[in-house]
Amino acid sequence: MGEVKVLGSWSSPYGLRVQWALGLKSVEYEYIDEDLLNKSQMLLKYNPVHKKIPVLVHNGKPIAESAVILEYIEETWPQQHPLLPKDPYERAMVRFWINFLDNKDKVAPFITFFIGVGEEHKKAVNEAKELLKLYEEQVLGEKKYFGGEEIGMLDLAMGWMAYFGVIEEIVDVKILDAETFPRLHAWIQNFRAHPVIKNNLPDHDRLLQNYTEKRQRFLAYSPHTENA
Amino acid sequence: MQRLKITFKLTKNNRTRDQTSHTMDDEVKLFGFWASPFSLRVIWALKLKGVDYEYIEEDIPHNKSELLLKYNPVYKKIPVLVHGGKPIAESLVILEYIDEVWPHNPLLPKDAYERSVARFWAKFIDEKIRPMWEFFHKFGEEQQKAIENNFKILRTIEEHGIGDKKFFGGDQIGIADLVFGMVIHYFAPMEDVMGVKFIKVDTFPRLHAWMRHFSEHPVIKDNVPDYSRVVDYLNGYLDIINRMQNG
Repeated sequence: MGEVKVLGSWSSPYGLRVQWALGLKSVEYEYIDEDLLNKSQMLLKYNPVHKKIPVLVHNGKPIAESAVILEYIEETWPQQHPLLPKDPYERAMVRFWINFLDNKDKVAPFITFFIGVGEEHKKAVNEAKELLKLYEEQVLGEKKYFGGEEIGMLDLAMGWMAYFGVIEEIVDVKILDAETFPRLHAWIQNFRAHPVIKNNLPDHDRLLQNYTEKRQRFLAYSPHTENA
Repeated sequence: MQRLKITFKLTKNNRTRDQTSHTMDDEVKLFGFWASPFSLRVIWALKLKGVDYEYIEEDIPHNKSELLLKYNPVYKKIPVLVHGGKPIAESLVILEYIDEVWPHNPLLPKDAYERSVARFWAKFIDEKIRPMWEFFHKFGEEQQKAIENNFKILRTIEEHGIGDKKFFGGDQIGIADLVFGMVIHYFAPMEDVMGVKFIKVDTFPRLHAWMRHFSEHPVIKDNVPDYSRVVDYLNGYLDIINRMQNG
């Protein structure tokens, strides 16, 4: 089916979505890891508009934006492990929720949870918990995966939750706990255990070290830093 | 074959609904707002495909109907398409749904790569719409920055987005055209009110030509809100902003 390259970054959930999708469909690809502080000429050439990862390059033709890439992957390799349901209404629901959780406003509380302090951190914790409650009760519900019996596109978009525990470890605050969110917690265990996902998760220790440093940098430069 | 079953809880009586597929002939309703570009792009899609629908005008923003709140509990916004009683919110999601259920006069090309290009630009433009409106309600230095930003965005679309095609969709109007369509009925009146013109024929020849082609298309021409009505609406909005700014 031609040459497939993925330009990604080892810890980016947006890049991982693409790798997971290809893995689930058993599509071979060459992975190119980008240093986001030192972007390659290739990345700038393949994504001149946003200059961001992930980019999928298929037979020399680049596609950017993870949601767009996932749709392309599903259309190009439709037989193996379908990532979308067949029914148009159910497909619309999947797209609705991916659009929802990728929205800047819905990502922000989790970012602030990671690098915020004081009042804004407290606010972020509450907002994050509300979002998690929505995902637990209304989006996942009784299902094993967001995609039903099998991992689907929405599971891949929710994949950041699979290693959110590292963030909680660093911040030393737990919000995604098993007692409050039993279904999400079960989902994380199932998701992480899937052979394709298991082999494509960022290394725990590397995440811990890298993200601890990242957080310290943000706190050092933040105008809101309180004196501990 | 896996079946996705998402229950969409209704806040009022806590009922859950089973989702099953719908046919082209089931009843279609659209909740919209006459001035909203998000609403209008859905109207254009339905009209381009000759789909019959009932239009429900919502009194935005202060007097949203119970039905709207029921059908879009997550965002409480228009547009919402209701097909055979089942609601879909978010205009880009609605457009993809419409294209799948009524595939004639397609909004997306057949080729998977071309589809990804169309989706990329539809998303890009959609995400730039609110930033592009900032010049309208910011002042002083912030306004200057907003104006510069607009030129930058338009430059990107001019150079990378449309190429030498008549429409973003090629010979026919596609999803990215419907999203960019806001420049003719919303952005242009804003330019008039503010006395700033962005898309000039010498600086943005492709976008300028696109505006002419798009606005002359028979379906679009017949389904654009009255220009002076939009100008009045925007002036009213500016009044509110001014009053808020001046206490």
